Amino acid sequence: MMEIEITINGRKRRFDVEPNKLLLNLVRDDLHLTGTKYGCGIGECGACTVHLDGEAVLSCMVLAVDADGRTVDTIEGVADVNNLDPVQEAYIEEGAIQCGFCTPGFVMTTKALLAENPDPSEAEIREYLKGNYCRCTGYVNIVRAVQSAARKLGS
Amino acid sequence: MTINKVNTHIVPIEFEYHAPGSLDEAVGLLERYGEEAQILAGGTDLIPQMKQRKAEPKHVVNIKRIPGLACIEETPDGFRIGALAKLRAVELSPQIKEKIPLLSEAAQSIGSVQIRNLGTIGGNICNASPSADMATPLLVLDATVHIYGRDGAKTCSIAEFFQGGGDINLGRGEFVTGFTVPFPPVGAGSAFEKVGWTTFDIATVNVAAVVTLKGGKIDHCSIALGACSPAPVRGVLAEAALIGKEPSAEALEEAVEFIAACVEPRERWRRAPPEYRRRSSKALAMDALSRAIERARRFP
Repeated sequence: MMEIEITINGRKRRFDVEPNKLLLNLVRDDLHLTGTKYGCGIGECGACTVHLDGEAVLSCMVLAVDADGRTVDTIEGVADVNNLDPVQEAYIEEGAIQCGFCTPGFVMTTKALLAENPDPSEAEIREYLKGNYCRCTGYVNIVRAVQSAARKLGS
Repeated sequence: MTINKVNTHIVPIEFEYHAPGSLDEAVGLLERYGEEAQILAGGTDLIPQMKQRKAEPKHVVNIKRIPGLACIEETPDGFRIGALAKLRAVELSPQIKEKIPLLSEAAQSIGSVQIRNLGTIGGNICNASPSADMATPLLVLDATVHIYGRDGAKTCSIAEFFQGGGDINLGRGEFVTGFTVPFPPVGAGSAFEKVGWTTFDIATVNVAAVVTLKGGKIDHCSIALGACSPAPVRGVLAEAALIGKEPSAEALEEAVEFIAACVEPRERWRRAPPEYRRRSSKALAMDALSRAIERARRFP
């Protein structure tokens, strides 16, 4: 067991973890923050996307011990139930959610994109979201949702 | 596909974790544990390998706590890029985009944003995959590898570094701390081409080329091919065939004929049969050379 400290969604937390524990499983199983999803486990689907020190990364490819002393933000930290983030609102309004399994990952990646590039073109959106798979929507509404979120955040 | 037969939800193996804070501490750990130790940098190769039990280290040495290994610095001769520089940082660096766009282009071709935010240039090279996308640009630019070990720092050319079959030129306790990447010659045009199963899959074939023109003739030409041989290789015969020639379609056709003689694809490689790799390496070499020449022509 190793003792680590992670700032998760703005709160400093201490954990005792085995070195082979993945950040994804710490978030889901120990913190019960089950918004972050396990999809493929090999870095192809993006369902487990969280922000590590502000950058979008795959939590299924990061050891929890490696996040020691760093900042992790998950979908739960994005907004509270009564006050959705503009990105979340845009995904709902544009019908960019069907089954919803991929949505937390998409929202986290979208937030990283809009923080870097507040007014992305369709090509830039598609390139940035390449690492997130959605098997329901066919991406058209997702691209629209990102464009709408960019407008909301810009105005 | 064998990948779904294993549970990728967890890392099923147990290991001791080390996070050394200095180069010497890391060397000490790597020397002590030898074959039982694996270096953890970005983790995008190591973690999936451990999940599938393709790597079963008893000791994992995370080198990310060693300060100074993630630098990207411009020097008078080129760039010094730390082994821990993220692929995303190489891709986005405005200085690299301006002075060595080839590096930025190759970095951008790898995986997704999330992968590039984790993966490092050192990891891409040291994983010793024949398909490493950063390897071909470093080969055509004659980069130098910086290595640290018990006897301190030393260097090795990138061409000597790859030994084929997943082997790299590192002794016990040694590890890569960074690269020196010289600027391409003045007026050079460069290009990176890649084909994979999907745009974010590992390369089935990748090619990097650098060309300069002088008086309408090819003055300098370097081309490297990845995923076509047990290690990334330079297409020396094609280079020799082009230097001093006018960059005509016929000259290019003739030169890429030599590409097949430069590569040795293996039957057992998963993504494509050897003949596919031979033909696509030729086609991609043609594309890369044509694009590099076109870019070199824009130089006044």
